Amino acid sequence: MLEQHLTALPIILPLIAAPIALILGRSVLSWGFATLASGLAFLFSWQLLSAALSEGVISYAVGGWAPPWGIELRVDAANAFVLLAVTAISTLVLVYSKDSIEKEVKAANHSLFYTAHLLCLAGLSGILITGDAFNLFVFLEISSLATYTLVSLASDRRCLTAAFRYLVMGTIGATFILIGVGLLYMKTGTLNMMDLAVRIDAYDSSRTINTGLAFIMVGVSIKLALFPLHMWLPPAYTHAPSAVTAFLASTATKVAVYVMIRFIFTVFGIDHVFVDMGMGLILMALAVVAIFKCSYMATVQSNVKTVLAYSSVAQIGYMILGLSLVSVTGLMASMIHIFNHALMKGALFMAVGAVFYRVGSVDIKAFAGLGRKMPLTMAAFTIAGLSIIGVPLTAGFVSKWYLVTAALEQGNWTVAALVLIGSLFAIVYIGRILEAAYFQKLPESRSSENIKEISWLMLVPMWVLVIANIYFGVDTSLTTEAANSASEWLFQTNNILENNMVEGNSQEVSS
Amino acid sequence: MNLWQALEPAQLITLSICVPFVGALLVIATGKIPNLREAVTLITAAILFTIVLAITDYTFQGVPLRLDVVDIFPGLGINFVVEPLGVLFALVASFLWIITSIYAIGYMRGHNEDNQTRFFCCFALAISSVMGICFSGNLLTLFIFYEVLTLSTYPLVTHAGNDAAKQGGRVYLGILLSTSIAFLLFAVLGTYALTGTLDFRAGGIFDDSHNKVVLSVLLVLFCYGVGKAAIMPFHRWLPAAMVAPTPVSALLHAVAVVKAGVFSILKIVIYIFGIEGLKDLATTDLMLYIGAATILLSSCIAMTKDNLKARLAYSTVSQLSYIVVGALLASSIASAGAALHIATHAVGKITLFFCAGAIMVASHKKNISDMVGLGRKMPITFAAFAIGAISIIGLPPMAGTWSKWYLAIGALETDKLIIVAVLMISSLLNIAYLLPIPIRAFFSKPVEGAEPWSWSQTKEAPLPILIALTITSFGCLALFFYLQPLVELINLIPGVSTDMAVSTNMGEG
Repeated sequence: MLEQHLTALPIILPLIAAPIALILGRSVLSWGFATLASGLAFLFSWQLLSAALSEGVISYAVGGWAPPWGIELRVDAANAFVLLAVTAISTLVLVYSKDSIEKEVKAANHSLFYTAHLLCLAGLSGILITGDAFNLFVFLEISSLATYTLVSLASDRRCLTAAFRYLVMGTIGATFILIGVGLLYMKTGTLNMMDLAVRIDAYDSSRTINTGLAFIMVGVSIKLALFPLHMWLPPAYTHAPSAVTAFLASTATKVAVYVMIRFIFTVFGIDHVFVDMGMGLILMALAVVAIFKCSYMATVQSNVKTVLAYSSVAQIGYMILGLSLVSVTGLMASMIHIFNHALMKGALFMAVGAVFYRVGSVDIKAFAGLGRKMPLTMAAFTIAGLSIIGVPLTAGFVSKWYLVTAALEQGNWTVAALVLIGSLFAIVYIGRILEAAYFQKLPESRSSENIKEISWLMLVPMWVLVIANIYFGVDTSLTTEAANSASEWLFQTNNILENNMVEGNSQEVSS
Repeated sequence: MNLWQALEPAQLITLSICVPFVGALLVIATGKIPNLREAVTLITAAILFTIVLAITDYTFQGVPLRLDVVDIFPGLGINFVVEPLGVLFALVASFLWIITSIYAIGYMRGHNEDNQTRFFCCFALAISSVMGICFSGNLLTLFIFYEVLTLSTYPLVTHAGNDAAKQGGRVYLGILLSTSIAFLLFAVLGTYALTGTLDFRAGGIFDDSHNKVVLSVLLVLFCYGVGKAAIMPFHRWLPAAMVAPTPVSALLHAVAVVKAGVFSILKIVIYIFGIEGLKDLATTDLMLYIGAATILLSSCIAMTKDNLKARLAYSTVSQLSYIVVGALLASSIASAGAALHIATHAVGKITLFFCAGAIMVASHKKNISDMVGLGRKMPITFAAFAIGAISIIGLPPMAGTWSKWYLAIGALETDKLIIVAVLMISSLLNIAYLLPIPIRAFFSKPVEGAEPWSWSQTKEAPLPILIALTITSFGCLALFFYLQPLVELINLIPGVSTDMAVSTNMGEG
């Protein structure tokens, strides 16, 4: 019975667990319960991924209503892969957050924190595995509302303006998506994604559908913080509690990137989006600007969380760049980077949270002298930082390798060069922080304080991610296999659906 | 000399990389007991040398050694293939590691440096990555260990931990990482996109079907991407790295790091482009003349430096370009000269750095102007300095003669008279900035009243330092007379020969 409903479990489990965590009330209890629920969700998504890799698509009709009338959950290699990353990070962050939120969230709000976290997880899982466009919007709102709550839970009151700003932008984005989905429904009369794909394909060119596409793309771009719609992200990441930032930075925007991939490749079809509407060039240009502008912004910030937030926007640029190349390798590079970036940013934000836990500030000055005082934390920060830079034997190198290979494969040497040059900024912004940690002396005013290494409960999840960074930098069989079958699958469905695909284009795409 | 016959030959490669790595871990484990820690370093170095000797043995016997470790990308991963050029570099690096370890013990203790455990640990890690570079079987492996070398030497460069070290480290890491990511990685990926392979193959992996313009661009990217080769204008990291303790400057900036750079260029030229393939590229001459300009300009800069280590650093920049020029002359005999120069310059320059460190420990003097008359108190040190200087200049009976000889023949053979002239002028410049140091130390009297060091308190440096610099100065001498094994090794490199007749035939063929 459990196996039969395996597909729905990663959504249902955290959704049911969320109110229970609130009822449990006591901080420790709800922590243990939330971690357990998230851990189970991780195990289920592991099974889902292996099932998806062996069987292909798994379709599940919610409530027994057959698609396309009922809501369909649809698991394939692509979303199972992202789901695995999301549930893994969620579990690690929950383990980490027990100590971390003690300093950053009021004690009364602790169980609220776990509830919101679980709701957010349920929403993200829902976005990933639903096969229904409207249902996707619903889950998007569940996760977004939970996220606004999470951001506003910090004891620093500046988080309230950040959360409000995020709320306004997020709602605009969600509304755009809703309008887009509404337009599609108006024209096609269906909400099931596969069904939509077939029907959209039947229209040669429809203004309604094109408008729907535009609305959805802009809405999703806000959600994934694509330059220049990223302005909500740095303040939200900076002022949210560290555990929240670690979770959001490595999951929420990635899931939004997945939504974009899903709409482009499954619903609208690459031919429509990239050939007819010419969106490839727009996305590519925005991605390149995002990489350069936001990497530069990251080098001039003084708050380390802001540095990493801008770095996140730049890294999202890499993901969008990969998919804008419209090739299996390019999409694969995006998928791999979604996974790898989650590992890096999770570890980095956890390390920053550890610094806040001990020092009470995340300004770059606060890092002075921590290399000696918190050696394990700073070592973790260093390795994850090297991964962001893209040093070989780290996960970041693998992402970059595939991205540049994808660009070169199409003979696009300019983009390849830009990617590599853009990554040089990371040397500067990571280097600045490391210099402060290892070369500056601990300020006199702080030497009396008892700054020491953090508890193992925070260190273990951090180091799990760090080791994952190294592991997936050396043994890439899991990431490559999953990402490759994911992107091949996305192209394949596209090819099956696109009956009228131009011959030459399909060759270019599949080569 | 093969102490490792019991083992599967290919396992020697694993050992050569793992032994220094395990050594590094043991250094950390024994950090509390300095004597034991130093013993670990010395024993590890000695074991490594015997391993490399065994590998050399197999190379001469023609036994192919190959080891596939792990596939990072489908069909492409870390693998090692032993070839003669790598063996040559491994021999030089592993032998000089022993000597440098002896020296470092004397220096670090004589100078009361902090964090000696970290120092010896990173040192061993650096050697481990050098071995990885030596035996790398494809460009990806080379690139990976190249980056590991950069990162593992960073703590050594910034050992002092003060502002100057931070500044030096910033330049060091900034230039080496930036060039390697922006240029080298780009070139590696470009090569992969063009050919679908990154393996080092005799005669190169490019053929006539590849666009010559693209290959020309790749050559420039490779030359500048290997920032460790210090071709102008990306040479500034090398003088900046001189903030490091002298043993680091000695081994890493006369042998391991900088030689890893020129070795990479040589290896790329021989096994990726192929010496023949290089001749058709438009940018070969461009890079050749930039290399020649680097030789002369940095020699000129060296003359203006009063700080001894800075002068030696610019001398190194200049000497490295000899090897770059030798590689880009695209002649088999010049390549042989370049390969030989890796060894001869290493022995000569390490002697000079050892002397600089000895002077530093004994008299705490950094500036050449303060060393007047010091030779009479430190005769062994300055005699060794003179020997090293003569070897660098390239005068008999010192090792440097031979590599310059072959380089000059290679330049003549390819009718590049300008390069011959550059080599000659550079030798004159070398005389001008190196020889006055020992001469004034021995024969001039310190200026009355302005005595920067005290005559009665100054004496020779500690014994380990003296042992080390004596060995390397004898090495300079020995390599002049007993060069044959190295030449035989170099002649095993495909397409490279010290034999004039062979190279002419090949040119015709």
